[in-house]
Amino acid sequence: MKNSVNKKAEHANQIALLIIKAMVGVVVLILMALLGYILITGIPNVSWHFLTSPSKDFGAGGGIVNELFNSVYILIITLVISCPLALGAGIYLAEFAKPSFLTNTMRTTIEVLSSLPSIVIGLFGYLVLVIKFQFDFSIISGAFALMFVNIPLLTRNTEESLKAVSHSQREAGWALGLSKWRTILKIILPAAVPGLVTGIILSAGRIFGEAAALIFTAGQSTPVISYANWNPFSSTSFLNPMRPTETLAVHIWKLNTDGITPDATQISSGASAVLIIVILSIILLSRFLGNYLYKKMSGTK
Amino acid sequence: MNKYTLSENYLTEITDPIAIETKHLNVFYGKKQATFDANLKFPKHKITALIGASGSGKSTFLRSLNRLNDEIATVTGEIKYQDIDINRKNINVYEVRRQIGMVFQHPNPFAKSIYENIAFALRQNGMTDNLDQRVEKSLKDAALWDEVKDKLTTSALSLSGGQQQRLCIARAIAVQPDILLMDEPTSALDPISSRKIETTMQELKKNYTIIIVTHNMQQAARASDLTAFFHLGHVIEYNRTKKLFTTPKMPATEDYISGHFG
Amino acid sequence: MNKMQQRLLHPSKATRQDRFGKTISLICIGFIMILTVSIIGFIAIHGLATFFENHVSVMQFIFSSNWNPGQLGKNGQPQVGAFAMIVASFAVTLLAAILATPFAIAVALYMTELAPKRGAKMLQPVIELLVGIPSVVYGFIGLVVIVPAIRSVFGGTGFGILAGSIVLFVMILPTITSLTIDSLQQVPDHYRKASLALGATKWQTIYKVILRAALPGILTAIVFGMARAFGEALAVQMVIGNAALTPTSLTSPTATLTSQLTSQMGDTIMGTLPNNALWSLALVLLIMSVIFNLLIKVVGKRGEMKK
Repeated sequence: MKNSVNKKAEHANQIALLIIKAMVGVVVLILMALLGYILITGIPNVSWHFLTSPSKDFGAGGGIVNELFNSVYILIITLVISCPLALGAGIYLAEFAKPSFLTNTMRTTIEVLSSLPSIVIGLFGYLVLVIKFQFDFSIISGAFALMFVNIPLLTRNTEESLKAVSHSQREAGWALGLSKWRTILKIILPAAVPGLVTGIILSAGRIFGEAAALIFTAGQSTPVISYANWNPFSSTSFLNPMRPTETLAVHIWKLNTDGITPDATQISSGASAVLIIVILSIILLSRFLGNYLYKKMSGTK
Repeated sequence: MNKYTLSENYLTEITDPIAIETKHLNVFYGKKQATFDANLKFPKHKITALIGASGSGKSTFLRSLNRLNDEIATVTGEIKYQDIDINRKNINVYEVRRQIGMVFQHPNPFAKSIYENIAFALRQNGMTDNLDQRVEKSLKDAALWDEVKDKLTTSALSLSGGQQQRLCIARAIAVQPDILLMDEPTSALDPISSRKIETTMQELKKNYTIIIVTHNMQQAARASDLTAFFHLGHVIEYNRTKKLFTTPKMPATEDYISGHFG
Repeated sequence: MNKMQQRLLHPSKATRQDRFGKTISLICIGFIMILTVSIIGFIAIHGLATFFENHVSVMQFIFSSNWNPGQLGKNGQPQVGAFAMIVASFAVTLLAAILATPFAIAVALYMTELAPKRGAKMLQPVIELLVGIPSVVYGFIGLVVIVPAIRSVFGGTGFGILAGSIVLFVMILPTITSLTIDSLQQVPDHYRKASLALGATKWQTIYKVILRAALPGILTAIVFGMARAFGEALAVQMVIGNAALTPTSLTSPTATLTSQLTSQMGDTIMGTLPNNALWSLALVLLIMSVIFNLLIKVVGKRGEMKK
């Protein structure tokens, strides 16, 4: 009697474990199929010409040079404006905040911000930056919208990285007569660098692929720009932050929504492959750099 | 567990010049009181040991002396240093901590090079002249120089636990404090490293006043001039170390040092 | 008063540094709070204009499925019924969560219970890569692979809730998985040991002990996934069909709140009813994301109490 129960249980066990393994297999297959599809259909469309020529709205054979540059440019501006804010906020939460109603409110606010759909953030940017502040569709409007997307992630990452630094390091600084602020700047932040860098780079990957927050802020087109014009105040300069801009991710969306470009599918698959390759490199870079910095700091060579 | 009368205590008269003194010091963690009405005088250039079971309030007391408990506890009463009550609100706590250095239970060197660990402390306190000599001197005073003089640029984290702790002592004394607080500095170390640190302390007391928390009675008996016995947050007995260990005045002390405690 | 006493009694550079640092970091977080509140405020004001300025009734907005804000209906009222979009949004969200949850739990179990070392090493990058792929790429693949596949199997256009759900399934899979892993890892090890020592099989241990102990965490993970699905715009917009019609089947073209916003916002004029109506959709999105947030808190609190 007991034996048959055991046998039954053992049987159920094997079947259940098998099903779990099969489902894991399916997930791995989905990812491989996804990456395989993007790279196999996309890479044949990627050529030097593709990477270095501007896009065409109505004709075939357009490239993605402007979109690629725009994505990088807007990413840099976003990081420049969001990192200091997130760093400051993360420092406050990790080092100065004491358990209180106000601290709870701060955390909840950041959670709410992080759960806002990016299209809602984009619409807010449209309402306030594009229309109210009259920044129009521009790199600046887009970068501010992306800042909202980026800040909750980076703030949490900063707080966690700082909290991961042992409390005894803080005490070591305080016991030397250092101010809390000095201790943070000179001891805690340097010790948290591996975590901070990994977080920033990972967030860069997310920003690079973000489109929903941009379509109503940065715009969906790029004017004719010159890469020889280095005057950021000139309207034709590639550096002008007030010009409308279409990033790579937005370009993919636009091509597939308007459907006026004859080779939209080819360009999209090429652009998707480029996008994925850049993001994969970013993920790899963050891992590599994180590990490298960690090893360098902990003195284990 | 034996009940002892906590309200009675024996405190010896201190006639030597006093470095720091507490009057009616109470420490609260929230509503829980950890230290009760502690009145202790610490003479200059002596080593005073604070002993007692875990949770007796000795570490809490020690950490109050350089206001390191500010963040987590409420400390009432007086801490007299340089004829000033430094447990007041408008006191410059950074200057207090600068004068009253501390070495912790677990070695906590910075993730910097050996040299930089000390040079950093010096620079932050504006002592930038003769940096190399100062670093060398403090490493020598902490009896670490010979072991690290050839690898000053390697990471401090590559040192052994005992070496790290002596580096922390070197770092603390590099900025020339007046008093050195040591919170169970050898509890995480092996016996040989512990002995080295005890020897170092004997050298250091020529220049510094040392107050050390230890749960190791032998260490207290060997290394200190005076000993205070803490029990459940109360100072039960304070006397010359020799007297306290040979002729304890209070029953609790006697039980504790003879191992019949609790 | 000697020099030492002077130094002890007077503020120094360090005092000022601390005041400065605390102020600066407080300003940062205060700024973020103000911005967040203003996002909510602005969207609420614009979203409520439909009801207060254009006098559309809330009931009509939620329960009518006539979306044609430019025109008046038979009753002389503007046709602002978001029922179709609300239904479609919930439908894709729920379907995606139903699809993703078993897979997410399977992967999480594999990584924590079946092969903690090898499995985690192999699958961690898989999860990270799935998170890393941008939503427009998911949308594009949905458009060129999923939609044609559905078309050839079920007929019709291929656009619709089914396509949207499949795309969202893959997108929220990593979210649910990694949060489930966290909650499985929090189950104390002695639970496993005790159960196995009683002679339970691995599966019995997982099913009766581990999953039960981790249930609040897993529920939180699912709600997180649903929040992400509900708010996703572009990937869904590319495969949903973008017709503001109540879905009649899983494969009929429809529109979600996000897809309607994405495709219509550029075509309306600020301050007009069609524009206000879109802001009302945004407001629904905002309210839902706050509700998801509350739900996560409530479920999380309940889990804490049990432990």
